[in-house]
Amino acid sequence: MKKIQKLTGSPRIVEIRQNVLKKNDLLARELRKRFQNAGVYVVNMVSSPGAGKTTLLTEVLTRLGERYNVAALVGDLATENDAERLRKSGAQVRQITTGTVCHLEAEMIERTLEGWELEKIDFLFIENVGNLVCPASYDLGENQRVVLFSVTEGEDKPVKYPTIVNSADVAVITKIDLAEAVGFQRKLFREALNDVRPGIPIFELSVRTGEGVDEWIARLEAEKASFDKSSIPAGS
Amino acid sequence: MHELSIAHNLVEVAMEAAEHNGMKQVRALHLRLGALSGVVKEALQFSFDVVIQGTPLEGARLVIEDIPVKVHCANCQEARVLPEPFPMRCPVCGTKTGEVLEGREMELYALEGGEEDTEADRKSSDCGD
Repeated sequence: MKKIQKLTGSPRIVEIRQNVLKKNDLLARELRKRFQNAGVYVVNMVSSPGAGKTTLLTEVLTRLGERYNVAALVGDLATENDAERLRKSGAQVRQITTGTVCHLEAEMIERTLEGWELEKIDFLFIENVGNLVCPASYDLGENQRVVLFSVTEGEDKPVKYPTIVNSADVAVITKIDLAEAVGFQRKLFREALNDVRPGIPIFELSVRTGEGVDEWIARLEAEKASFDKSSIPAGS
Repeated sequence: MHELSIAHNLVEVAMEAAEHNGMKQVRALHLRLGALSGVVKEALQFSFDVVIQGTPLEGARLVIEDIPVKVHCANCQEARVLPEPFPMRCPVCGTKTGEVLEGREMELYALEGGEEDTEADRKSSDCGD
């Protein structure tokens, strides 16, 4: 411990102005730079448990996997179950088990990436721990944060968890094939999303029927293409 | 509930800052907390009191300043403070706006030092609350 000599008494109030999560944010910034340099487009998926992150991701990995090198990290408190489900797509997948921690942090991402050749990955999907509160605060170095809701969750869900919606770049409504059966009120839900994140792009889809999945894949590819374009001047 | 891990981060940042500034005893931490920070104030207060036990910060107070959401209204071409974070509409003209200028902060703003201060320091110790 370094001793600092005092000149005139000890300071009473010292302005600090430091972000409490600066460690995470600095690390996330480093990760983002690494991803950018390696050409990896990173998507962070957040939702409540059971919204269908793993189901959608398995489909996305399978379909994008035909044309790109895709990889995924999946966070859960316990078990390797989701990683095993995702591996069926043929993608390289690693599970992050957090123990009791309710969200992923940049440090967990960095640690789990060890040994992977990022240069060989086009898309990296991070499936966050199912939780609509805590993951909002942690930047993982992603390019895009996707918040998912299923039609069974109720129209006021975005308003109940506004912070995470407000931190997201795009919203996906899953299980749209069940909309009629559960009396899903599309207009109200879209309004709720727009109240907390005006202008947020919204995608509706069902992995079971395939409805809306093409549009979602097309969006990911378009985002990746513009990311690649923007990466060139930065790297040259 | 991630407030416990945020409290750990806060204590870590504060101890570093205290050492860096030669502050031997910290009496209070002043935190600016945005309405969009995703942190529950009460849970953070509670976690803080638990986390500081057995650390050099034991006994310190956590003073939290709430930062409301400030947006840029494209219609008024003005920065507007929202009375409530949601819905995100300009309170003056009602236009929806997602351009957040302030309200995401989770910032250790200042540290208030302790015992070894001179008389002169003590006189100016009013921190305003």
